[in-house]
Amino acid sequence: MPSSREKPVTDMAIGREAFGGADVASRSRVLRRMRLNDLGFRWITRGAALAVLALLGGVIVSLVVGAAPALRAFGFGFLIDESWNPVTETFGALAPIYGTVVTSLIAMAIAVPIGLLIAIFLTELCPLWLRRPIGIAIELLAGIPSIIYGIWGLFVFAPFLQRTLQPALIDLFGNVPLLAAVFEGPPYGIGILTAGLILAIMVLPFITSISRDVFEAVPPVLKEAAYGIGCTTWEVVRHVVIPYTRVGVIGGVMLGLGRALGETMAVTFVIGNAHKVPVSILAPGTTISATIANEFTEAVGDLYTASLVALGLILFVITFTVLAIARYMLMRIERRAGA
Amino acid sequence: MNPLYRRRRRRNGIAMGLATGATVLGLGWLAMILGVLLWEGSSGLSLRVFSEMTPPPGADGGLLNAVVGSVLMTTLAVLIGTPIGVLAGTYMAEYGRYERLTSVVRFINDVLLSAPSIVVGLFVYEIMVTPMGHFSGYAGAVALAVIVIPVVVRTTEDMLLLVPNQLREAAAALGMPRAYVIRRVAYRAARAGMLTGVLLAVARISGETAPLLFTALNNQFWSLNMNAPMASLPVIIFQFALSPYEDWQRLAWTGALIITIAVLGLSIFARALAASRRAA
Repeated sequence: MPSSREKPVTDMAIGREAFGGADVASRSRVLRRMRLNDLGFRWITRGAALAVLALLGGVIVSLVVGAAPALRAFGFGFLIDESWNPVTETFGALAPIYGTVVTSLIAMAIAVPIGLLIAIFLTELCPLWLRRPIGIAIELLAGIPSIIYGIWGLFVFAPFLQRTLQPALIDLFGNVPLLAAVFEGPPYGIGILTAGLILAIMVLPFITSISRDVFEAVPPVLKEAAYGIGCTTWEVVRHVVIPYTRVGVIGGVMLGLGRALGETMAVTFVIGNAHKVPVSILAPGTTISATIANEFTEAVGDLYTASLVALGLILFVITFTVLAIARYMLMRIERRAGA
Repeated sequence: MNPLYRRRRRRNGIAMGLATGATVLGLGWLAMILGVLLWEGSSGLSLRVFSEMTPPPGADGGLLNAVVGSVLMTTLAVLIGTPIGVLAGTYMAEYGRYERLTSVVRFINDVLLSAPSIVVGLFVYEIMVTPMGHFSGYAGAVALAVIVIPVVVRTTEDMLLLVPNQLREAAAALGMPRAYVIRRVAYRAARAGMLTGVLLAVARISGETAPLLFTALNNQFWSLNMNAPMASLPVIIFQFALSPYEDWQRLAWTGALIITIAVLGLSIFARALAASRRAA
């Protein structure tokens, strides 16, 4: 077979020219090239997958290395020390940790019930033609950058709260023992409560869209059976939908909590940046991410920088734990929906 | 009507009323934020915003250097992050679909997907800014790339898993090696979905502020040098909004409006792309 005289045929799949009646030698050459190509591609993709793991490892190692001077200097006391003094170089993480936890708790206390109620509305009450538009709107809102919420909070929401909600709270609880301390002090506008409220607005779309997704995973036959024996919509939601989706809902809530804990820009604008552990939620405070965002570029001295990195490490450990639990729970409900 | 029935009806009415009210409240609240943004932002919107540099306080100016900086860093971040993300997603969906490694990577990737972005900034500061000795546009782009990767990995894997196995089997039956099956058949079938993932990643990073604060830092002047500190729209907004100068605050609102329009436009486009693929 005189292969050299035949016209080259373009191989559609390989995209190169191959000879129709190629002799054995060139054939095996092509095959070897293909095998090498396949092997190479396999290892490149595997390398990229391992790179994702390395990324997480890199984050942890770099944070630990960066935080080492602070951890050596302060030890475990770092976690429970309220002082934050760049001049005397004594640093403690208590105020930022407290601010992070309290603002996130305020956010969840508001966003979880509202988010769940919206999800119930979307899956049970909403007319069919409205479901998709509202669902898409909520998903789009989940993508709006946090700095937008921050600038709105600073210029519109904080002055609004200063005029309305905060004086009302002070008047309302001013004479109630215990609660008076929680709502004490002048209405600054900015502060822990404001930050918590803005976080609530921010995580609302996340919680809503995840709970809607898990509510929709309930097999219709279960709900129909409950309606069939005369249950009201609320009873179906309360006794069928929620028990069936409990794990998924908790997963979604934890995911929202993870967002709230790590959120930076929306909080930095309105938290007030005071390194204190205030009893009153109207007082300015700080969070881990706000402290880093505000002070990192201005930090002078190794110990100051290392303390800020140590704060980042603490934040990463907290959010990693919360998110890991969330993903684990969502994975469980996905597996059940698949089975 | 018997009283029990009435009580159940009433309880149902209350709960459903609350659900409807929550929806109106939630959506109304979010719509109000967008409305204020549109109102405050559009008043400062003019051609000058895109043609002049960021001004010193009290002078006229625009946001040109910030917009250009954002575009440059976002582009570079996508160029770095997309190949890694696509390749990793390919391994998870194709070669290693049933491997333990894949489930581990998927779990870690999901956690990275919602990890706090300020921690990413600290990470890149430690691995790039400290060794290089100065802030730079490159560091900013790398920080954004770290955020791009998990988004692209996730969508690539999901989209490749949707490609019917018969396509792969048919191609393999023709004697195509695995790498060709993936690149010539699976990628082609999943192209629109994978592109959607990249667009969503762009939408995600174009508003990110926290990872840029101490990687790219900021720059008041015109600069295309990626090896030097670089301005970006979100960081300029942060700086201007917290300043006491009225005209800076106005520019911050305008910048916020530009970012929001860009992000919403990208997400709507990505969604339309995904929907057209499903319809076809």
